[in-house]
Amino acid sequence: MDEETVRERAVAFLAGHRPEDRTGFLRARFDAGLAWVHFPEGLGGLGAPRELQNVVERELAGTPQPDPGTQAIGLGMAAPTILAFGTREQQERFLRPLWTGEEIWCQLFSEPGAGSDLATLATRAVRDGDEWVVDGQKVWTSGAHHARWAILVARTDPGVPKHRGLTYFVCDMRAPGVGVRPLRQITGEAEFNEVFLTGVRLPDSLRLGAVGDGWRVATTTLMNERVAIGGGPVRRGGGMIGLVADTWRSRPELRTHDLHRRLLALWVESEVTRLAGARLREQLAAGQPGPEGSAMKLSFASLNQALSALDVELRGEEGLEYDDWTFRRSESVDFFGRGPGYRYLRAKGNSIEGGTSEILRNIVAERVLGLPSEPRVDKDVPWKDLPR
Amino acid sequence: MTLLYTEVEEELRASVHDLLADRCRPDAVLRRAESASPYDADLWKTLSREIGVAGLLVPEEYGGAGASAREAAVVLEELGRAVAPVPFLTSAVLATEALLQAGVHEGLPAGGRDLLAELAAGETTAALAVSLAASPYRPLPPPVALNDHGALDGEIRAVAGADAADVLLVPVGTALYRVRAGDARIDVVPSLDLTRPIAVVTLSGAPGERLGAFDARRVLAFGAGLLTSEQLGVAEWCLATTLAHIRERHQFARPIGSFQAIKHRMADLWLDVARARAAARNAANLLAARPEPGTEAALETEAATAVAKSWCSEVAVRVAEEGVQLHGGTGMTWEHPLHLYLKRAKASETALGTPGAHRDALSALADLPAPI
Repeated sequence: MDEETVRERAVAFLAGHRPEDRTGFLRARFDAGLAWVHFPEGLGGLGAPRELQNVVERELAGTPQPDPGTQAIGLGMAAPTILAFGTREQQERFLRPLWTGEEIWCQLFSEPGAGSDLATLATRAVRDGDEWVVDGQKVWTSGAHHARWAILVARTDPGVPKHRGLTYFVCDMRAPGVGVRPLRQITGEAEFNEVFLTGVRLPDSLRLGAVGDGWRVATTTLMNERVAIGGGPVRRGGGMIGLVADTWRSRPELRTHDLHRRLLALWVESEVTRLAGARLREQLAAGQPGPEGSAMKLSFASLNQALSALDVELRGEEGLEYDDWTFRRSESVDFFGRGPGYRYLRAKGNSIEGGTSEILRNIVAERVLGLPSEPRVDKDVPWKDLPR
Repeated sequence: MTLLYTEVEEELRASVHDLLADRCRPDAVLRRAESASPYDADLWKTLSREIGVAGLLVPEEYGGAGASAREAAVVLEELGRAVAPVPFLTSAVLATEALLQAGVHEGLPAGGRDLLAELAAGETTAALAVSLAASPYRPLPPPVALNDHGALDGEIRAVAGADAADVLLVPVGTALYRVRAGDARIDVVPSLDLTRPIAVVTLSGAPGERLGAFDARRVLAFGAGLLTSEQLGVAEWCLATTLAHIRERHQFARPIGSFQAIKHRMADLWLDVARARAAARNAANLLAARPEPGTEAALETEAATAVAKSWCSEVAVRVAEEGVQLHGGTGMTWEHPLHLYLKRAKASETALGTPGAHRDALSALADLPAPI
């Protein structure tokens, strides 16, 4: 499938469908294989090379699009995992409403006792005939209050070393025993939740991948999460640097020499980070995936934090104000919205969510640079015997 | 294909790399640095004549390759990786660009055209008689003037590549003059950078031929933009060499590269180098398009150069410094070649505009005005 064919399909689709009916339009776009062209036919794609997605995006610019705020986990993590490990039945059931936004997804990975060391998680799934009974507690679950489905990792065999006893499921968020409680963040609002799973019964048809293969499946999800978070701006002067630069240009009374010096340095860092992202996308498009992907999130996190911090300082009195401390549930994840105080506080999460910067440095050092790992005391010990 | 390397560029890289692997090993570079002839004339002859790097930027009508800044950048990456003591940057980039710019509006006189052809053929080596510490963003100090007899008088400090040159290209105000190296006094001074030593050039009634106009900002910015690729090569060598060391070196019964305190530093350096590669490639790519001065594209090119030079300068120094630290006592020895890279990195940081000078330039180029 070449560029011209994809373009023709997009043009023909646009001619035949009315964008006024948002859901209808998105459903039809999925059925036309124009959701993600590199997915197989019948699953929202055309089996075309990934880089041709840009052709579709150009042709369909200005029409209804999936909402990256509420659908980030579905689009960025659940979908690639379902594509890689799901059965055809699972793919056909889940991908279409996931893409159109009719069904929102969340992620049940982290637990109070399992953060960076995710593989030590303790939520149990016990087989009972054709069903699994799940008990445990998950945390930092963005959007659980909207979600119809979740991607879930649970322990199915405590008697083997921790990485081997995990299994990956799709969790029905409407099933009896699923309890969602908002977790208030330093920003005042509750973007994420605690999720309590008490005797939740999931049919075996919701299992993704083999029993005991959950770690490998989860790794696929996590890689995609980091690429999604580290995607960054495409335009020169876009993203967080753009917000700060706009204030700088329009408010000359706020400028000081020290802030100027730091702003110029952050401009340079934003620009080289943007270029590294652009180069990475060129490599992907040329079929040479580079290891830069896992590291882009590191740059994104530190830049966002430095820029949002500078923004608060730059604004003086305004930086001392805060737009709204009300404890409420947020509708979507937004790194760039609201006031400078909110952005400053929200950016603190960028080096924690989706793999802390410390863990990502380990990943770069070990998988990209080939450095040896730290000596491990937990590698060959059955999970049930690990100190907790 | 913009920020990646083309097949042709990779072939050029491979031929330069293979030659340097054979003829420019670190121990040989170190020995030469202490000798009476710090520039490797034989290696330069092979590079310029057999591989043709001297004529990369020279148009085909003068016998050059008619290639662009992109190809020159790839050569610079390899020369940086080997801290090769050859006058490519000073002759084939800076002097050649000054000569090409001199002829842009009025055309070159016969002497200038002949010089271009000789440079392209690798028969003549030139140097731009400007301090290596000159910034594209400040007026050049006027060290050289015409005397009453129409000859050149003056003294220029910190000229790189002068002692390897047959011809000096000397700015006098906004004009560019050609002076035979034999008509100038060239005193090499002990230099921080052992593999690109600098000299004091003294002109006392030296005869000169006017070749055309000299636009310091354009010529020096072009050089600065390409220097970033050399800095990338320096940084990549330091990173790779340090990685190899910390994988091998054992303390506390483990490779020191297994300690997080070291791994995290290496991960950060790797990320800095990955971004340096993107920035240097972007600068080379935009310089290759040779935008008309004053256009939007020219401004974008200037901004890309300023971004790349400020970033790559600091990254090369940081990786070299961290390399010395992580090599422990070995990093402090004369015998280990790391210091050649540290010295090149530190001198290149100052060369053609410090990181701060390039960031200051972004104030105008990126519309981030200074306080009033």
